Amino acid sequence: MRLELGNIYVKDVQFGAKTEFKDGIVYVNKEELIKELQDERLSKIDVDIVRPGDSVRICPVKDVLEPRVKVSGNGQVFPGFFGNAEVVGSGRTHVLKGMTVLTVGKIVGFQEGIIDMTGPGADYTPFSKTINLVILADKVEGLKQHEHEAAVRMAGLKATRYIAEVARNVEPDEIKVYETKPLAQQLNEYPELPKVAYVYMLQSQGLMHDTYLYGVDAKQILPTFIYPTEVMDGAIISGNCVSSCDKNTTFHHMNNPIIYDLYERHGKDYNFVGVICTNENVTLLDKERSSNFTAKLVEFLGVDGVIISEEGFGNPDADLIMNCRKISALGVKTVCVTDEYAGRDGASQSLADSHPSADAVVSGGNANEVITLPKLDRVIGYIDAVNVIAGGFDGSLAEDGSITVEIQAITGATNELGYNKMGALGF
Amino acid sequence: MAEIRVVHYLNQFFGQIGGEEKADIAPLKQDGPVGPGTALQQALDEDMKIVGTVICGDSYFNENTETALNKIIEMIKSYNPDIVIAGPGFNAGRYGMACGTVCKAVQERLNIPALTGLYEENPGTDMFKKDIYIIKTGNSAAQMRKAVPAMAKLAVKLAKGLPVGSPDEEGYFAKGIRKNVFHEKRGSARAVDMLVAKLKGEPFKTEYPMPIFDRVTPRPGVKDLSKAKIALVTSGGIVPKGNPDRIESSSASKYGKYDITGVYDLTEETYETAHGGYDPVYANQDADRVLPVDVLREMEKEGIIGSLHNVFYTTVGNGTSVANSKKFAHEIGLELKEAGVDAIILTST
Repeated sequence: MRLELGNIYVKDVQFGAKTEFKDGIVYVNKEELIKELQDERLSKIDVDIVRPGDSVRICPVKDVLEPRVKVSGNGQVFPGFFGNAEVVGSGRTHVLKGMTVLTVGKIVGFQEGIIDMTGPGADYTPFSKTINLVILADKVEGLKQHEHEAAVRMAGLKATRYIAEVARNVEPDEIKVYETKPLAQQLNEYPELPKVAYVYMLQSQGLMHDTYLYGVDAKQILPTFIYPTEVMDGAIISGNCVSSCDKNTTFHHMNNPIIYDLYERHGKDYNFVGVICTNENVTLLDKERSSNFTAKLVEFLGVDGVIISEEGFGNPDADLIMNCRKISALGVKTVCVTDEYAGRDGASQSLADSHPSADAVVSGGNANEVITLPKLDRVIGYIDAVNVIAGGFDGSLAEDGSITVEIQAITGATNELGYNKMGALGF
Repeated sequence: MAEIRVVHYLNQFFGQIGGEEKADIAPLKQDGPVGPGTALQQALDEDMKIVGTVICGDSYFNENTETALNKIIEMIKSYNPDIVIAGPGFNAGRYGMACGTVCKAVQERLNIPALTGLYEENPGTDMFKKDIYIIKTGNSAAQMRKAVPAMAKLAVKLAKGLPVGSPDEEGYFAKGIRKNVFHEKRGSARAVDMLVAKLKGEPFKTEYPMPIFDRVTPRPGVKDLSKAKIALVTSGGIVPKGNPDRIESSSASKYGKYDITGVYDLTEETYETAHGGYDPVYANQDADRVLPVDVLREMEKEGIIGSLHNVFYTTVGNGTSVANSKKFAHEIGLELKEAGVDAIILTST
């Protein structure tokens, strides 16, 4: 499977009479976009634009997405939600680089995030460096939480599809090619190099802790094997309200840095043969089954090494360790990517489970570290939420408008796909 | 900038008083550097001065810890120091414990930084590395020339409030504190680097060394309870009223064993808990809630169990180190085995 990613660098996003791409600028017809997002479950929809450096705090952030459109090849971006769940990952996809679509609205659960476009908080989130088209969506009265989540999730997907359409006939600034061959061929491609795969753990702890693979709730999958390029076309999307610091937003999935970085040295240092998707269900039986199947797939593929990434923390630590332990027992080299909950003083044990086989760990940082974020000029969303979101606490919001939270509350702060440079070390 | 005042702590040997025969000397102080203090003074910055040295015999310190420590702190305080350096103590066990105890007390009572240097197997290292900076040294005084510059370098940073580097950079034992840092590469690239190194068999360094839990395989079930001798062991801190052995309310350094021959019920008048990690009200009202002597006595009477062992063992689990817990368990286990106990009921809180 061969995918060309055509990156189109976005200089600015502005409202305009017509939704189009012109001279590096994405123009958005606000009324048309709002009409596109009409949903009987949503009472109010508004759209805003924020840019790096703006004195703006966005809260509570639900999901972040990147506009991508399929120009050629099978299917549509976000398969399973749009189109007929055709297999994506081949042909050409255009990407609006440097901007996001970001969904905000009244809190669904307890675990939605904060994005500061400037100030100390901006250092912790990648979305302070992008131009964000913010979709504010509020639910109608009486809507249940899981329906609320689903409605906002669909609004994000639809808005992203709508915006991405402007990129269809634009000549990209650069084209990057990613290719993985059918397994039997790929395995023979570089006979002298070690073979590696990526074990991609998807958050699936339950209602509102969900991830979708081709529209299927990951709770219901058995671990499966996909081409890495499928992910680049939105085969995996986020539907979850777990702590915002280490939930993989849809943007993170589409830009999964482990996949891009594994491609970077593919054919030089190893032969990257593909991606195993697995889940993080809550019962022991499910955990055992999924980790057994994951290890079986690793053995089936005959690879020499894997990178395993976790999503979330606590309960999924057990899945991470089971995967690591069972894969290592096959004689396969493992590297785990996780984050830490070492307490505000950093003195506690960071993970809920451990095993000596997990001897190569990359850390996305200690999510419990506390930070004070000064008042910013403008708030998009509902700032009261900081007292109840994960990482916040009663009294997080001070009278002067500053907030004191664990970095757990900042969207993408301790990302477990290794999207950031931050990490934790022992002192 | 004003002169930075340093006090150095030494034992009787390095303090040039004498060998083991002088290990029982009480604390004394001397102005200026003594023994290894001379080399230390040279390694420190010019604006730092060892204004005094406090010396105490190792045996005296360990046999009279509280008295010795109070006196030592008083002597240190008399020099009005900005920082205290103890040792290095290398692999000398009693000296290492003294260095660690003194440094920790200096930090807590005088609110100034303190550091020492010890060998990794020195019991003081495990006991104090979380509380104080301990520079890694060799196991004997032959390593003095390597230890002193490293200690001096860190002392300069601590005294002047300069940022302290990682354990590897500075050569101290990790204090177990996780801190966020910004790396040069993003996490995914670091993961790929690590994987490539691991595949090639090259050295790599994990960013989070896994804590290793000691997993104990449960024993097979007791076949015939009616013939079994059962013992009670608790980490819930139940002790005879008044806590006769002074088991600490947190970070216990000892356990107690108490005879319960003829005891059928633990009452408010006779037993209590020493534990500082939970609300003690209900345990103090009726200690059977934590250590179920009453129920086991009934079972003994009804013949459900053979007998209740006439001694129970107790400690406080609150903040108690794994190292201490293991030591206690080993000793208790051996005694219970010798006493012919068939099964143990372990209660916690």
